[in-house]
Order: sequence, then C-alpha cells, then structure tokens
Amino acid sequence: MRRYSVFAIAREAMRQHKGWDRAWASPEPKPHYDVIIVGAGGHGLATAYYLGKNFGITNVAIIEKGWLGGGNTGRNTTIIRSNYLQDPSAAIYEKARSLYETLSQDLNYNIMFSPRGVMMLAQTEHEIRGYRRTAYANALQGVETRFIQPSEVKKLVPIMNIDGPRYPVLGALWQPRGGTARHDAVAWGYARACSDMGMDVIQNCEVTGVESVGGTVSAVVTSKGTIGCGKLGMVVAGHSGHLAEMAGFRLPVESVALQAMVSEPIKPAMDVVVMANTVHGYLSQSDKGEMVIGGGADHFNNYTQRGSWMHIEETTRALVETFPMLSRLKMLRQWGGIVDMTGDRSPIISKTPLGNTFINCGWGTGGFKSIPGSGWAMAELVAKGEPGPLAEDFSMYRFREGKFIDESVAAGVAH
Amino acid sequence: MLVLTCPCCGITAEETEFTNGGEAHLKRFGPGSDEADYEAYMFARKNPRGVHFERWRHAFGCGKWFLAARCTTTLEVFGTYSAQTLEPPADIIAKIKARRPEWEGFQ
Repeated sequence: MRRYSVFAIAREAMRQHKGWDRAWASPEPKPHYDVIIVGAGGHGLATAYYLGKNFGITNVAIIEKGWLGGGNTGRNTTIIRSNYLQDPSAAIYEKARSLYETLSQDLNYNIMFSPRGVMMLAQTEHEIRGYRRTAYANALQGVETRFIQPSEVKKLVPIMNIDGPRYPVLGALWQPRGGTARHDAVAWGYARACSDMGMDVIQNCEVTGVESVGGTVSAVVTSKGTIGCGKLGMVVAGHSGHLAEMAGFRLPVESVALQAMVSEPIKPAMDVVVMANTVHGYLSQSDKGEMVIGGGADHFNNYTQRGSWMHIEETTRALVETFPMLSRLKMLRQWGGIVDMTGDRSPIISKTPLGNTFINCGWGTGGFKSIPGSGWAMAELVAKGEPGPLAEDFSMYRFREGKFIDESVAAGVAH
Repeated sequence: MLVLTCPCCGITAEETEFTNGGEAHLKRFGPGSDEADYEAYMFARKNPRGVHFERWRHAFGCGKWFLAARCTTTLEVFGTYSAQTLEPPADIIAKIKARRPEWEGFQ
C-alpha cells in the first residue's frame, strides 16, 4: 500500500495522477479463514482492523452482501458523541470518540473528523433535570460535558430561535469534543488498512447459511460457495435477526427503519451539531453546505430502507420552529436505514449459543459514533473468546439476568 | 405509507391512527416458569424479513386491539383479524400463501 501524503500528491501531480493504486483488493474467497466477519460496514471492518492491529490475526475475510459501507455506515447523520448516562455506555462511546480523534493518522486516510461540538437541547423541565444528571455522571466518567444556559446556546448557534412558543430552549448538554466525520471515509479507510494487512474484503457475497459441527461453527454458506472458518463474527446491524436465525438462535432485537434527509447546500450557517430529542430532530451542516437532518424511527418492524412519511413531517415541523430559516430550504434527498433495536436501547457485543460465534449488533440509531470502540471491543472478544472490559456488560444474556444498560430511560427517546 | 383496516370497527386508516404492539401470538411464561422460557417470552423475537404477525391498537379510533399479518420488506398487509385467536386463522394463512408461495408457514 502506498502511503497517502502531500509528497504522494505532488508526485502524482507530475504524472497526470496515473500512479494511484486501488485502495483495496477485491479477491475471490479462499476455502478457509481463521476468522470470518459477516458485514463490511463500519463495525465489521473496524472489528477486522483491530483483530489485525491489536491481536495479529490477519487470516480474516470480511464478507459483504452488497457493497462496502453501503448499509447504515453510508446512511447515517455522522454524529459522534459520548455523553451517555450509564457507565458501560460512556466507556465504549468515549473509547470510540477518542479513537476517532487520531483515526485519520492511524489509517493514513482522511476521515475528516471534525470535533465541532455537539449540543443536546433541553426543551422541557424533564430534560433539564436529565441532562444536568448526565453532565454530573459524565464528570465522574471522565467525559467532558457541561450544561449550558440558553444565552450560550444562542451564542453558539445564532440561527436558532430559543423562544419558540411550543418548545423554548431552556439549556443544553454541551460536549465540545463531539462532532462529525465523513461516514464513507471511515469504511473506506478501514477497508484499505484491512486489505493492506492481507485480509480479504469480499463484496457482493451474500451469506445464505451457517454450518456447524458439534455446536461449533465450521463454515458459512455464501453465494460464492461454502467458506470454512475457525471463528465467526456477525456484524450485520439491521439484518442480525435474519442471520441469527441461520445460526439457530433468536436475538432480543427488532429491526425498524430510521430515516434522514439533506437540504440543498447553503453557505456556512451553523458550525456545531444540534440534537433536539424531545421533538426528534438532529441537525448539522456538512462540509458541502447541506443541512443534514435526522429524524425519528418507525414504530413497527420493517426492512424497507425508506421510513414513514409521518416522521419527515414530524421532524421538519419541529426543526422549522427551532430553526425558522430552514423553512426556505428545499430538501435534496431522503433515505432510510434498517436499525436493530434492543429492549434497553444498548448494543450487544456477545458470545452466542453457537460455539466460536460472536455477535455485534443492537446499536440501534447510534451506530456510527461507536464504530472504532465497537470494533476494538469486538476484536478482543473474537480473539480471546471472552469479552474484555469494554464489552463485558453488553452480553446478549443481560436480558435474562436483568442487567439492563437502560439508555432508553436515560435519554427518554431512542437514540 | 402503511394502511390498515381495523377488524373491530371496520375503518381503514393510515399508520398514524394506530400504534404497534409488537410480535403477536407469543406464548406467555409467567412466574415459576423456566428462566430461558421467560427470557424468550420477554425479549427474544422472530424479527423476520418477510411475513410478520403483529399486534396493533386502533389508538385514535375505536381503541381496540387487533392482529395483522404484514410483510416487513414491502409493507403489504395480508389481512387483519381478531386478537382473540391463538394462531392466525385459515383465511389469513391462505391469503399469505397466495401472495408468498415460498413462505414456510406459521411456526
């Protein structure tokens, strides 16, 4: 792999840019791998990357039904934050956020991490109390957040109307080191680094079955033939339930569509990320100038990748009150992704009833921010066969034991 | 947009008039039951890609619960029926088979 650098750009400029290599190889599958990761989205690629980087396991294939990063990794609103209430959540999301800070250097691939600050608006008395509590919890967890007053909110985001008749802004939970990153670049950067370590990224290869011998996984059946494996990692987000059924178990997960949209590009108007959980609207401005808007999730199981119209209406209605200038914008695109929701709205990084098979799912509506931390924890679980400190609380068996990590109560909404 | 017909009052309306109540035909395991059974009843879900049986409530209408058979990938509704049944009635099964010949049946 040729390193990307200012010298590489200068060199290529001299010869009409004819010397750039493909960022990653597209090999045919080998008959057997030590580890197969199903799902080449951010989480799957990060798992493979840290398997190689932290544990030296490089006989790895990452199998993807569609194209690389074409699922939720390419469909989210790119928000990165770690201001969670519960200790296990704060630990893994803060790990992810801190890895994001140096990820461009680690991968030698510009993921355009922009720590521009994330604010979560408090628009009810209940939210003020909740966010003050979160700020205190974050102080104990070593996550830098603070509760700010409406005057400071207005100073940070001048386009916001803080005196709305229905939902006045009463304050906000402010995480100055949160921000956004280029979502596709995260997948591409990890794929390039994995390919460089000798791993096989196999696209357009659908898994249709899981084979086992004596209660331990032995191979996966795919559209490109049966591929043997020593260990199997399932990292397929919304389609986890479908894959788990092939492996013979059920998950405490249900899949719904979550949607987002972007406006036409405008000049820079807002340089922080704003989340309004009461009214279900998330807003940031991309580097291209588009206002990137996230909305609510559907309330019924579905795999449609488009979402309900009622949520577009709900989200725009709320945002137009808080950001009156948005009412003049045209929307360019709207799309949906399939998110896997657990009962306590916390993820699963766990061993499964099938031997040497591990699952990473349940990130629900908040997967992108956690990609590096999730990969880090999942790689440790796959390599050692036992969860490390980041993953141990996220077992799929926590529901049996009643050890919920209840972020749905903490936030009041799915997030 | 998802359109459902309430079998209790006969009104056809779109999804904002209804609330979803999750997977239908769950067998309840209460106090004294095996822990694995109780966990499965509480949390483990089929979450299928395709034919799904689920509970709905006509929240902004007659207020009654009913059940629906629906495809989770196309949002096609095969039919709605009374909640006072332990498994999908034969006419609903026949409608699903007609539209989805590859469907493995209610399990």
